[in-house]
Amino acid sequence: MTVTDQAPAGRHVGRPLRRKEDPRLLAGRARYIDDITLPGTLWAAFVRSPEAHARILSVDKSAALERAGVHAVFVGEDLADLAGPLPLAWVPPGVEVNNPEHWPLARGAVKHVGDPVAVVIGEDRYAVVDAAADVVVDYEPLPAVTDPELALKGAPFVHEQFATNETHRWSLGGGDLDAGFAEADVVVERRVVNHRTAGAPMEPRGVLADYRAGTLTLWSSTQVPHFLRLFLAILLGMSEERVRVIAPEVGGGFGSKLQVYGEEVLAAWASRKLGQPVKWIETRSENLAVTHQGRDQIDYVKIGAKRDGTLTALHVQIIADLGAYNMLLTPAIPALGAFVMSGVYRIPAVQTDIVGVFTNKCPTDAIRGAGRPEATHLIEVTMDQLAHELGMDRLELRRRNFIPKDQFPAEVAFGIVYDSGDYEKTLEKLLEHVDLDAFRREQEELRARGVYRGIGFSTYTEICGLAPTRAVGPQGFGNQAGFWESAMVRVHNTGAVTAYTGASPHGQGHETTFAQIVADRLGVDPEVVEIVHGDTATGPEGRNTYGSRSLAVGGEALARCAVKIADKARAIVAHKLEAAPEDIELVDDRFVVRGSPDRGMTLAEVAGAAYLNEVPEGMEPGLETTTFWDPDNFVFPFGAHACIVDVDPETGKVTVQRYVAVDDCGHAINPLVIDGQVHGGIAHAIGQALYEQVQYDDRGQLVTGTFVNYGLPTASELPSFETDRTETPSPVNSLGVKGIGEAGTIAASPAVTNAVIDALRPLGVDYVNMPLSPMRIWDAIQGANREGGSQS
Amino acid sequence: MSGTVNVRLTVNGVEHTLDVEPRLLLVHALRDELGLTGTHVGCDTSNCGACTVHLDGKAVKSCTVLAVQADGAEVTTIEGLGTEDDLHPMQEAFWNNHGLQCGYCTPGMIMAATALLADREGEGMITEEEVRHGLEGNLCRCTGYHNIVKSVLDAASKTGEMVA
Repeated sequence: MTVTDQAPAGRHVGRPLRRKEDPRLLAGRARYIDDITLPGTLWAAFVRSPEAHARILSVDKSAALERAGVHAVFVGEDLADLAGPLPLAWVPPGVEVNNPEHWPLARGAVKHVGDPVAVVIGEDRYAVVDAAADVVVDYEPLPAVTDPELALKGAPFVHEQFATNETHRWSLGGGDLDAGFAEADVVVERRVVNHRTAGAPMEPRGVLADYRAGTLTLWSSTQVPHFLRLFLAILLGMSEERVRVIAPEVGGGFGSKLQVYGEEVLAAWASRKLGQPVKWIETRSENLAVTHQGRDQIDYVKIGAKRDGTLTALHVQIIADLGAYNMLLTPAIPALGAFVMSGVYRIPAVQTDIVGVFTNKCPTDAIRGAGRPEATHLIEVTMDQLAHELGMDRLELRRRNFIPKDQFPAEVAFGIVYDSGDYEKTLEKLLEHVDLDAFRREQEELRARGVYRGIGFSTYTEICGLAPTRAVGPQGFGNQAGFWESAMVRVHNTGAVTAYTGASPHGQGHETTFAQIVADRLGVDPEVVEIVHGDTATGPEGRNTYGSRSLAVGGEALARCAVKIADKARAIVAHKLEAAPEDIELVDDRFVVRGSPDRGMTLAEVAGAAYLNEVPEGMEPGLETTTFWDPDNFVFPFGAHACIVDVDPETGKVTVQRYVAVDDCGHAINPLVIDGQVHGGIAHAIGQALYEQVQYDDRGQLVTGTFVNYGLPTASELPSFETDRTETPSPVNSLGVKGIGEAGTIAASPAVTNAVIDALRPLGVDYVNMPLSPMRIWDAIQGANREGGSQS
Repeated sequence: MSGTVNVRLTVNGVEHTLDVEPRLLLVHALRDELGLTGTHVGCDTSNCGACTVHLDGKAVKSCTVLAVQADGAEVTTIEGLGTEDDLHPMQEAFWNNHGLQCGYCTPGMIMAATALLADREGEGMITEEEVRHGLEGNLCRCTGYHNIVKSVLDAASKTGEMVA
C-alpha cells in the first residue's frame, strides 16, 4: 500500500489509526437493537403472505387471541388512524409515477410473498410466533407476474387500478444520438441482465418502540434515524419534537436499512395503542423476503464508435423491475445509474431511457451502489465487446476515450459535471501491479493444458457524496428534501471534545475518522474526541448515511465546524495573550503566538477561559458551535480494477485467482478504513457476479428464502485483495475527499465478468449474464460449441 | 408454555441454574436469561455463525443447540474471552488488522477463529487457505474476509499458545 502524490494534511488525518469503536465490538459489549429490552416489552410477530398475489377474503384472529400472553392481533383495517401510507420520497422531476398505497399491513390484497397481513403482539418472543401460526387467512389467489418484460406486455396487473404494470418512464440525455450513431463505424448492442440481489447485512432489521406520556422513543436498526423521525411523526400525526429515533449499534446496512419500513411504523403505532413497549426482530427468512432488494434491471445497450475507437454515441434502455410497491427511493435507483452513464469516457451523445415495472416481487430500492453498479457493469462489459469487434486492445480503447485530466471539472453530455479525475493514472498504477505480458504468456501455457484463465478490467467513476440541494432538491432532480449535512462541536471544560454528526454510521468507522478530522483542527488527540451519532435527540437535524456521503458531506461539515471553534479559540488566545488573532497559529497541539512559540495555550486552557467568560468584548462565553454544509456538487471517485479468474470448462466453475484494485477517493483520512471499505465492496460485487441471486419462480414463489439457498460468499470463495490508491483531491470540499463505501461494489462485477469472457473467448463465448454460475458457464460453452457464438 | 426443564451450565466460569422451556435455544438462554448479548443471531439456518460459542471447548453454533443439550456443559462466550481493557490476543489481532467493521459477525468469528487455532495446536503454522477453509461457517458482509484472515494469521504468528 502506497500513498501517492498528496501528503496527508495533518497530524492525525492520513494515519492508519486503528478504530476507536472496536473494543466494545470485540468484547461483545456493543448494544445492537436486539440487545435492548425495556420493562414490560411486548413482542411482535408478523403473519405474512405465502401467496405472490391474492385477495384477502378473511382473517380469523380468534385462535391466536386465545393463546396465553397474547395481547392483540391487528390487521390492515385496524390501522385506519394512520395519516397515510408508507412514503415515496423521490419521483423524477416532472413525472407522474404510478404509486399504489402501501400500508404497514396489507389492506384487501397481498402483492408479493411476505407481504404482511397481520401482526400478533404478546409477552413472549416464542409465544407470538406460535400465535401467528394460529391466525387463519383465507386468500383468493390471483395471477402473478415476475418477469418485467412480460409484465410490460399487459395483464395480469400487479395493481389493477393502473391497467398497466408500468410505473413510470424517465429519460436523461444530451447530445445528438442519431448523428452519433450515423457517424459510427461499429455499433455494439447487448442485452445485459443485472439480476436481483439482497443487501444481507449480518444483523437483520429490528425495532423497539416505546410510547409514553405523549412521546415516542424508537430504537431501530436503521441507517436513517432523522428520516424515520420525520415520517413517523407524519404518519402517526405527532409533533416532530415528540418523536425521538435512536439508531443503536447497527450491524451493517448496505442500503437495505435506508428505508421507512412498515414494521417500524407498526411498532410505534402498536406501542401507542397498547401502552407498552413493542419490539420486533426480523428473522433471516423475513430479511430475504421483505427487506428491500437491489438491482434487477434488464438493460438494452447500444454503443457506437469510429474505426479508431473514438466513441460516438451511447443509448441505454433500462427496464427496472421495482417489485410490488414504490418504497422510499425506489424510482431513484435506476436514475442514479443514468447520472453516471457516460462512465469515465468522453461520449458526445448519451441517452438513458428508464421504464419502471411492477412485478409480484419484493420491492427494490438502494443496495450498495444503487444504480451505479448496474450502469458501470453495462458500460464496461460493452466496452470489452466493442474492443473485440474493433480488433483493438481493451485498455487502448479505454485510454483513447478517457476524459483527459486537464478537462476537469468535466461536463458530460447530459449536463452532470465531474469534479476531478485522472483516469490514466489509476490505470497506470494498476498495471504496475499486473504484468500483462507475463499474464498473456501464462494464459497461453495454461490453455495448452486445458486451464482457461482470463483477465478482466473495469475503469469506473461514480457519483456520490449525495448532497447538493441545488442538484437533488426540489429545483433539481426532484428530491423533495434538502441534502446537506450537519455537525456540532462542543469543547468541554477539560478540553475534551464531543462532536455530533448528522451522518449515522453502521460499520464505516466514523467514530475514528471523524475524530481524526476534528483532532487536527483543534490540536487534541483523537482519543479525546468523542463522535456522537444516530440519535435525533442529541444533535442537530441530520441527513444520515448512504450513497457514500458521510465523509464528503458530513465529514466536511464537521471539519468546518471545528474550524469555527478554532477561530474562536484563536480570538480568545489573542485576547488572553494580548496578541492579534491573525498571529495565533496551531502548532503541535497548542495555539501559539506566531514567532513566540513559548507563548500559547492548549485547547483545555482556551476552554477554561471560554467558560470563565474571559473572552473578548462582545463575544459569547462557551466553546461550542453548529454547522450545516451543503456543497456545490457531488463528488466522483474513480479507479481501475483487474480480476484474474480460472474457469473449468468441464464444470463451469469460476475461481477468482487475483483481484487488484486501484481506487482514488481524493485525500485519504484513514488508509486502514479505506482499504476495508474497498475489500467489502469488492466482495459484495464478486458475490453478485458469481454466487448471489434472489430467485422467484414463475408463480412468484421465493426460492431463496434462507442463507442455505442465497449464496453469500464465504472466506473460502474469495481471494485476498490487492489494493492501492492514487489521490486526486476533490475541489468540492476543503478536505479534498470523495466517498469510498460503494466504489468496490460499483467497479467489481464487470471486472469479474470480463475476466470470465476473456478466459472463454477461445471457446467462442463472448457474453454471459451474471451470476456466472457453473451451470450458466457450462451452458454458454455448450451454446458456443453449437452455434459458434453465444449470447445467453 | 407447558413445563420447564432445569438446566445447570457453567458460562465463562460461572455456574448457573436455569428453568427453561425445552425448546429454548442455547443462544437465547445466553442472551435473554443470562444477559450475555455479545453472542448474536444472524440467520435461522446455522449458516452465518454469528452465534458461535465454545461448548466444552468446541466451537458450536448456539442457535442450533438447545439449552437443555448444554446441561452440565462449560460454555465460553465472547464475554469470557477478554474484556475491553484486557483483550484476548485474537481480539487484539482483529483490532490491529481492522478485522471488523459493523461488528455483528465479530464475536462469532473470533470464537470460531480461536477454536480453529486451538484445534490444530502443535501442527505448525496455519496457512491462509486453512484459515479460509476453517472460517467457512462464519459469514461476514463488511470485510470481504480479507482483514479477518489477516487478523487470524497475525494472531497465530504472535502466540504459540492459541488456547481460548
